[in-house]
Formats: sequence, C-alpha cells, structure tokens
Amino acid sequence: MVDNKQQWKAWLYLSPAIVLLLVFTVWPIINTIRMAFLEGYSGLQAVGGINYSFGFGNFVKVIHYNKFINCLKTTILLCVLTVPISTFLALLIAVALNSIKFLQKGLQTIFFLPYVTNSIAIGMVFAAMFNIVGSFYGTENEIIVTAGIINNVIEFFGGQSVNWINYGSTYTANIIVLTVYIVWNALPFKILVLLGGLQSINTQYYDAAKVDGTPKRRVFTHITVPLLSPMLAYVIITGFIGGFKEYSSIVGIFGETMGPADDARRLNTMVGFIYDALSTNSQGTASAAALILFGIILVVTLINTMVGKKKVHY
Amino acid sequence: MSESNGVMQNRDMQRIALKQKILKGTALFFVYAFLIIMALIVLFPFYWMVISSLKTLAEYRLSAPTFWPRQVMLSNYAEAFTAANLGKLFVNTMYVGVVSTLLSLVITVLSAFAFARLEFKGRETMFGLLLATMMIPGELFTITNYATVTRLGWMNSFKVLIVPFLVSVFYIFLLRQNFLQIPNELYLAAKVDGTSDLKYLWKVMVPLSMPTLISITILKMMGAWNSYIWPRLVANDAAHQMITNGLRNAFTDTTGDVNYPVQMAAVAIVSAPLFLIFVFLRKYIMAGVSRSGIKG
Repeated sequence: MVDNKQQWKAWLYLSPAIVLLLVFTVWPIINTIRMAFLEGYSGLQAVGGINYSFGFGNFVKVIHYNKFINCLKTTILLCVLTVPISTFLALLIAVALNSIKFLQKGLQTIFFLPYVTNSIAIGMVFAAMFNIVGSFYGTENEIIVTAGIINNVIEFFGGQSVNWINYGSTYTANIIVLTVYIVWNALPFKILVLLGGLQSINTQYYDAAKVDGTPKRRVFTHITVPLLSPMLAYVIITGFIGGFKEYSSIVGIFGETMGPADDARRLNTMVGFIYDALSTNSQGTASAAALILFGIILVVTLINTMVGKKKVHY
Repeated sequence: MSESNGVMQNRDMQRIALKQKILKGTALFFVYAFLIIMALIVLFPFYWMVISSLKTLAEYRLSAPTFWPRQVMLSNYAEAFTAANLGKLFVNTMYVGVVSTLLSLVITVLSAFAFARLEFKGRETMFGLLLATMMIPGELFTITNYATVTRLGWMNSFKVLIVPFLVSVFYIFLLRQNFLQIPNELYLAAKVDGTSDLKYLWKVMVPLSMPTLISITILKMMGAWNSYIWPRLVANDAAHQMITNGLRNAFTDTTGDVNYPVQMAAVAIVSAPLFLIFVFLRKYIMAGVSRSGIKG
C-alpha cells in the first residue's frame, strides 16, 4: 500500500524541480517543435499578432540555405576528423599508461589537465601559438614580426611556415588548427574512461594468453580491444554528440567572427547557425535547424549503438 | 655427452632470457618515450601561456622565440586585470556560481530523496521521462528559453543566469544512485524513532553522500566559470557579465598584431582558479566526469 502522506510529501519535494523543468525543459520542447512547423515564424512579429500557417517551410528553407550547408559541412568534417584521431590517440595513451607502474599517477594527472580548462581561454592560447604576428598579409606592405611558435617549430625541422589562421589563410589550414585544438581538448575524458576500462579487465585473460604464448599484437586485438569495446563505444558516441555541438572551440580561436578576418563565419557550425538565426529573430529557422541537429545526433547515436551491438563484446 | 648437452641447454636458456629482458627493456623505453612526448605536447600550451604572459611585448615579437622570459613582467598581470575589468567579472561569476550551486543542491537533494526513498504513483515513469530529456541537445531549449526570459523581463539580470539551469537531471540521477546505496533499514529505524524526513535527510543521507555532493558542487561552479553561450545571449551588459564573456569581449582580436603578453596574462588569471580546483579536488572531478561525459 502506498500511503497517502508519502505521496503528498513526494510531490512536495519534487515540486521545485517539476516547476522549473516544466518552464525551462518541457515547454521548450513543445514550443520549439511548434515554431519549427510554423512557416517563417519570427518572435518579434508573433508579438504583433500575426498568424502563421503550418508547414514544412522552415525545414525546406534551412536545407536550401548555402550558409546552413556550409555549417553542416564544417561540423561533419570536424566530427569525422576529431573523433577517430582522438579516440585512437587516447587508446594508445591509455594502453601505454596501463602497462607502466613508475610515474603512472603523475602522467595520468598531466593527461587529465586539459579537461579542467576554459575552452574560450585556452582557445586564445592556441590562437597565439598559430598566429603570425604582424599585418597586411599578402600585400606589398606585408609586415611579419614573428611567424609564431608553431611555425618556428616547423621551420626548425626544415618546413615552410604556414598561414594558419590569419588574413588570407586557407580553409584547410583553419580546419587543421581546429582539429589539433579539439583533439587536445577531447583527450582527457577519453583517456580517463578508457584507462578505467583497462584497469577493470580481469588479468586472468592476460595470464591465459601468456601461457599459450600469444603474441602481444594478438593479445591487443583479441583481448584488450574486445573487452574494452563498451568503453570505446561510449567514448565514440559521446565524441560524436560533442562534435556535432562544436561551437566554443571555434569562438576561442577565431573570436565571434567564426573565421579569419577576410572570411568571417567561414567556420560556423550547426550550433552557430542556430544562434545566428536566433539573434536575427528567425525563431522558425532556428527551431527547424535545432530539430535537424537533434535528428542527426539521434541517428548517429542509433547507428553507433547498432554497430556496437554487433561489435561490442560485453 | 649428456652432461655437455645439459650445459648447452642451460646456456641457450640464459641467452633467451637475456634476449627477452632486452626486448622488454626496449619496449618499456618506447612506452615511456611515447608517454613523455605526448605529455609534453599536452602541457605545451600551458607553458606557452605562462611564459608569454611574463614577457615584454618586444620580447614576444622577436622572430626567434625565447623559451624563458629575459625580463619577468609581472606588470602584465596588473594590466590585464584592469584592461578586462577582471575584478568585477570575478565577483559576478562567483555570485552566480555560489547562488546557483546552493539552490541547485537543495533541489537536487530533495528530488533525489523523493525518487530514492518515497513511494508514489508514477515514480518510475516520471524518472524515465526525466532521463529521456538528457538526450536532447541544449540548443533546442535555448531558443524557447530566450523568448521566455524576454517575456518575463529577466534580460540582463542575475536571475536569468541562475534560474533556467537550476535543475540538472544528471545530478538528480547521480545522487539518487548514491541514496539508493544507503540501506533502507536506516530510514525505517529513523521513522520508528520519530525522526522527521528532513532531519533524516540532513543528518544521515547528506553526510553519507558527501563525495557526490562535492562532485556536483565542483562541476556546477566550473559550469558557471566556463559558461559562455547563454550569458552572451541574455546578460552581456557590464553589470552582469560573466568572466568568459568578459575575457572574449576584452580581447576581440585573435590574429594580427595584438598585445599578446597582456592577453595571455588575462587568460592565465582566468585559468588559475580551475587549476587550483584541479590540484586539490581532482578525484571528485574525475569521479563525476567519468560518469557524465559532459564538460563543465
């Protein structure tokens, strides 16, 4: 028997959470879906009492926007580059960390350090490292004071300095800088999870392999990776979800212009597109884009779990 | 004959053992070399931030970089502090962080207690629905929340930075799991003694769940410190500006000929509290993080 007094009390305790969730979570879900399906909905005009017709207009408009397609392209490109690179590196580092005793704790601490940083602030440090200090690039009056530390290192090894993020830099160079920064930022979480997984693998498997004289590489591909697969799947899924929501790393490096000085917004992402639409009072467009983003995240997650079910060994 | 054979075998064995030892040694050397190189790469941005913040502008602009400041310019820090008005930003951010953490803890504890200990109709359904909302990207909420706070007249206030994010389903989930581990007999015994729910919650459950509560506090404070997008939309005026927004607004130029030493000093000041938290409370952060995958 559920006693009545407890019922009443439970709802009382839950009431602050419920009220806030209704206003700031449940209503937004309903309202965002509503706005997405009202043709050309704008918050400003809606206050004026305009009625909107129902339809898929916002979605059609968004998909035909060049700007949106560019944002989608940049977002997907960053995801496809950063998730595999960071997962692979994190796996290598975690396996290496797991195989040593001396200095293990200290190194583990260092590898976790980038996690506790402010992505805007450290983005500014990366910008400083890749920046060519000077002005008037590509003109006769070009002044280069210092090529920046990364270029100094490249030149030290006999390479050519690159215009990474300055006026006139290429899209490829920009993407490389962002990839480096995002991977640097994504490593700590992945290493933490993967190392935790490695440490929980029963040593009996390794002992058995040792008795059989199984070569190291086979042990890695046939024991470590399969037993680590739930953690790998988790890290990859959260990596993709985070990747599709990429925004502040770009603000950190390029500022709110979201691109080099001569081509602002070139590196805008899905989330950036949503905020731009919001700040121009095109809530209909913003809502449609947000639902598309949600759809993509859902599909990617589902594909990952489906592939995972086949490959993940529990 | 058989004796010499035995000696041969023994020698072979020794040779193989030595070979294995050398092989193992080289493998270990490469493992350490790899880890140390990676660690240096990970640390390099921090090192560069600190030494750049201590250089004079002239030294920073040398075409051949120096790896240690010739003249330590602590004045860069003072300049950064006033240039970005960091004092005011710090007070604003701490205020938002502390108030939202306290309120959030109260709401989280009460909700987690209801879900873990009290029996009511629809408990499981309700909890499932809450967990489902965790899948939805925050941007989807932001669009409507922006309209809601505008209509409420909350623009450019501290309220708008605090209230919309007070409830975190993830924290409720985390704490409920912790509460469930506390044996129910304790609760029933307290009931028999006539202890009120709230007293039991405060005297028994809260102390027993301290590590989780500390994790939540740290993550929430870090969230306030690192928040950027929402504050930029709704409270970007001088009186309510948060530290990350202030930092980005004070140094809008990322490329070209910028006064980097001062900019790096500002970045170092903003990063310092996070480092302190990291040094002293690392295990709580790591415990919370490995279960969430959410940054800040």
